[in-house]
Amino acid sequence: MVQKNKSVKKELNPEYKLESRNLNLFYGPKQALRDVSIKMSANTVTAFIGPSGCGKSTFLRCFNRMNDLIEGVRIEGDVLIDNVDIYKNEIDVYEYRKKVGMVFQKPNPFPKSIFENVAFGLRINGEKSKSYIEDTVEDALKQAALWNEVKDSLYKSAMAISGGQQQRLCIARAIAVKPSVLLMDEPASALDPLSTTKIEELIHTLKDNFTIVIVTHNMQQAARISDKTAYFYMGELIEYDLTEKIFTNPSRIETENYITGRFG
Amino acid sequence: MIHIDRELEQLKKSTTAMWVLVQSQIEKAYKALTANDRDLAREVIANEKRVNSMELKIDSDCEDLFALYSPVASDLRTVLATLKINTNLERIGDLAEGICKHILSEEKAFDKDLLKASEIQEMYDVVIEIMEDVLQAYLKEDTKLARTIFKKDEILNEINMQATKNITDYIGSDIGKIEAGLNFLSIIRKLERVGDQITNIAEEIIFSHEAKVLKHL
Repeated sequence: MVQKNKSVKKELNPEYKLESRNLNLFYGPKQALRDVSIKMSANTVTAFIGPSGCGKSTFLRCFNRMNDLIEGVRIEGDVLIDNVDIYKNEIDVYEYRKKVGMVFQKPNPFPKSIFENVAFGLRINGEKSKSYIEDTVEDALKQAALWNEVKDSLYKSAMAISGGQQQRLCIARAIAVKPSVLLMDEPASALDPLSTTKIEELIHTLKDNFTIVIVTHNMQQAARISDKTAYFYMGELIEYDLTEKIFTNPSRIETENYITGRFG
Repeated sequence: MIHIDRELEQLKKSTTAMWVLVQSQIEKAYKALTANDRDLAREVIANEKRVNSMELKIDSDCEDLFALYSPVASDLRTVLATLKINTNLERIGDLAEGICKHILSEEKAFDKDLLKASEIQEMYDVVIEIMEDVLQAYLKEDTKLARTIFKKDEILNEINMQATKNITDYIGSDIGKIEAGLNFLSIIRKLERVGDQITNIAEEIIFSHEAKVLKHL
């Protein structure tokens, strides 16, 4: 009898937005990333999973050069956005960071009004047009699925809204400056299930306009929201494949053991 | 051992218990047929309720596993395969009951010549052998053994194909034999269906351990 392997097929954008080639990263003498090569398509959601300390957040931060701020960091290899190596000397880091928005685990709104939080990036980029700022703030809040909840209290302090709303505000703030990449480091881990669902729904809609990379410890979340999943362990990229494949029939036993909770 | 392992182990125990019951239903149906043991046939029919309740329990356990443990990868395939094996076993139970109803619908024992002409014993030998083989394949997670089922099921299909002719020959011009002949043909068709269900189970065992889909090929 003929047999076929369970096949998983999905059409992703053929253009690669983010890429790393043989990336090694050292914190002083300690190597945190080992020879990581990956290509991520435009307008997709990629989830990074792996145990604590596996290097997934470190790797995420390579895409907006946040690791540069840490003393003793040494990076070898290439990190490319739109086929341009962002670690090349001639690159203007500030210009490139505009392309890449970031959302962190804990919502971190500024102690300003809701409106000013979203307008902040535009203002520091030198935008002066009042109407442009107002339109952009409204668009960003709409994209972040927050507009209906805050439209009547835009000048209220951002510190006064709920944690779930604050996190969506941070997403609105990130997308107001029109980046093309969104990096998210456990964006829903501090939120209740309802707020988590809202963030996940938001990620689904945002991928039409952004390339999203998300670090998560929540396996079901990775399974629900991502197109592709990358499993990291001890600084190595162990497996990277379509999420459907990873969660039904991973190729590597290490991945299987991790996602089924039998790791270690 | 992590928690889901204990749940999966319990699921395997429940499935094995159902398997053993269904196996004994098939064997008892055969004894009732060859010895015209009508009490045994009634016992099989009565036991069908136990098979049904076991099916419901396993279904419910699988539902709980999905809801509470969100199984993935091999765990997910195990629960999916168990759900389908459960359905297949319940259908084998139905078929054993159906065979016994045919036995009881006859006023007297089936003619020995009919038993011989229809090759029912050969059929039953294969059914009992592959039921045991597929159970062992399930318990030992032996996909190689599971693969041997497909070839053996072909024997059942061949006997089933010949059955119409064999029984027509047996009836000949004696219209008094028509009812028994038709009843017997129904039993043969049911045994052939048992073979199909066992083949489905073998496919599920292979899917569960190798993630290979053998259906509709």
